[in-house]
Amino acid sequence: MSAAPVAERARESESVWSRAWSFVRRHVLTVYAWLAFVYLMLPIAIVIAFSFNDPAGRYNYTWSGFTWDNWRNWDGVPGLRSAMVLSLEIALIASIVATALGTLIALALARYAFRGRGATNLLIFLPLSTPEIVLGASLLTLFLNLNVVFGFTTILIAHIMFCISFAVVTVKARLIGFDRHLEEAAMDLGANEWVTFRKVTLPLIAPAILAALLLCFAISIDDFVVTYFNSGPETTFPLFVWGAARIGAPPQVNVIGSAIFIVAVVGMVANVLFQMRRERSAATA
Amino acid sequence: MGFLHRNRGLSPYLLLAPGLLYLALFFLVPLGFLAYQSLQSGTFDVGYAFDWAWGNYWDAIRNYRGHFIRSLQYAGIATLLALLLGYPLAYWIAFRGGRWKNLLLLFIVAPFFVTYLIRTLAWETILADQGPVVGFLRDIGVLGSDGRVLATSTAVVAGITYNFFPFMALPLYVSLEQIDQRLIEAAQDLYASKWKAFVRVTLPLSLPGVVAGTLLTFIPAAGDFINAQLLGSPRTHMIGNVIQSKFLELTDYPAAASMSFVLMAAILLMVAIYARVVGTEKLTG
Repeated sequence: MSAAPVAERARESESVWSRAWSFVRRHVLTVYAWLAFVYLMLPIAIVIAFSFNDPAGRYNYTWSGFTWDNWRNWDGVPGLRSAMVLSLEIALIASIVATALGTLIALALARYAFRGRGATNLLIFLPLSTPEIVLGASLLTLFLNLNVVFGFTTILIAHIMFCISFAVVTVKARLIGFDRHLEEAAMDLGANEWVTFRKVTLPLIAPAILAALLLCFAISIDDFVVTYFNSGPETTFPLFVWGAARIGAPPQVNVIGSAIFIVAVVGMVANVLFQMRRERSAATA
Repeated sequence: MGFLHRNRGLSPYLLLAPGLLYLALFFLVPLGFLAYQSLQSGTFDVGYAFDWAWGNYWDAIRNYRGHFIRSLQYAGIATLLALLLGYPLAYWIAFRGGRWKNLLLLFIVAPFFVTYLIRTLAWETILADQGPVVGFLRDIGVLGSDGRVLATSTAVVAGITYNFFPFMALPLYVSLEQIDQRLIEAAQDLYASKWKAFVRVTLPLSLPGVVAGTLLTFIPAAGDFINAQLLGSPRTHMIGNVIQSKFLELTDYPAAASMSFVLMAAILLMVAIYARVVGTEKLTG
């Protein structure tokens, strides 16, 4: 009389297990993906959490209490504000100049058949595939041998250099998937080349130019290695972090790091959502 | 207006000139100076003089062979780890991400929005001796009661893997995302199992992404010195640490310059071997 329910229960538990197993099999990749996201986010969570830490001693490594003070007092550490200002100035100028130069190269590569194309592509590709330490070291030897005084200018020269290739690649990608007929139509309707460029080409590649600007800005403001070799007495934000790390980085470093992260993520999410909405309205139209 | 038409052959060069001139001046010429410096001899106090001092190269290889080998090993292992971790994730986003793909990609790029040095310092916090990771590993007996993760080669490789992970995952995603789903369906219609369809269709089609991701990860990883500096110990120092200290602390420019070129040559050699292997695999597969 007890055999039937036992068998029933056994079958039930077996089906629970097999169902669980098939669930795992079906979702193993999804589970893995979310674990990978946790792995990617973990250090970022630590950075943000420790920006609210109230460290007992000099080291901001162990959690010892919540406080808003670091955010209120973000420039309470000597040198931090000027480092941040320098980083922003360099990133702004470098991204504008590099994007301008890079856009022109991209236009030439996407529009014209010309002699020296292969060499041009190589010259764009090489800086991208050279380790940063070699880029930094070679500029350092140039400036040393020419007795150039290290400072703002040398940092700026370096940043524009390693940003150009990124700008070219970004803008070129957009130009290649671009309908030439639109420009031909404008010319057929009597627009000259300059007007066509201003009224047709430029608006169409504007998103790519903006993307290149943002990419260059992000790369520049984050650069440590090349800047370290060519900064002389100047201190950018990453250099400040490097110096501070040797004696124990203050929580204000985490505040700036978190702030940069939050601004970037909000911008990216807004951009993605905007694109999704535009795609959906384009699909319904 | 007629100007552009008449000189049509000239306009690509006009577009290219400013950017390429800049790259020539601040990328190629500095490399020349680095080569020039690498063949000099003397001391910093007396001054360096050019005399075809090829001995610098032999000294670099002889005295720092261990550092070169370690750099290539760490970079190789980290690249492999990033590939193994990144492929399933990129696959999941590309094939299961649906309309949230672009938003999910943000998780991959997110680490880039936190300054490189700050996210490395966050790993220092996570892997600290009194931190949860080390505590757990000690409890389950993987580490001895006074075992450490920081200052070991494991920590350095883990840091490199994390820091360059997006360089691997993004190209993987791009190549997987471009695959025409119908090809995979066709394979399955022709009685290929899911696994077989993956091995024979998806994997070969994603190979360009694998190659691009591998190169984009390996090259900067081999020249890195930040992870070895912040997460490692002098025993885990890579060639980047030596180049950096010879340039900026010891001012032994010729030695540092020759090491930079040996590093570039070593990387090129590895890339060439890799291209060979991937190429033949593609032919036989």
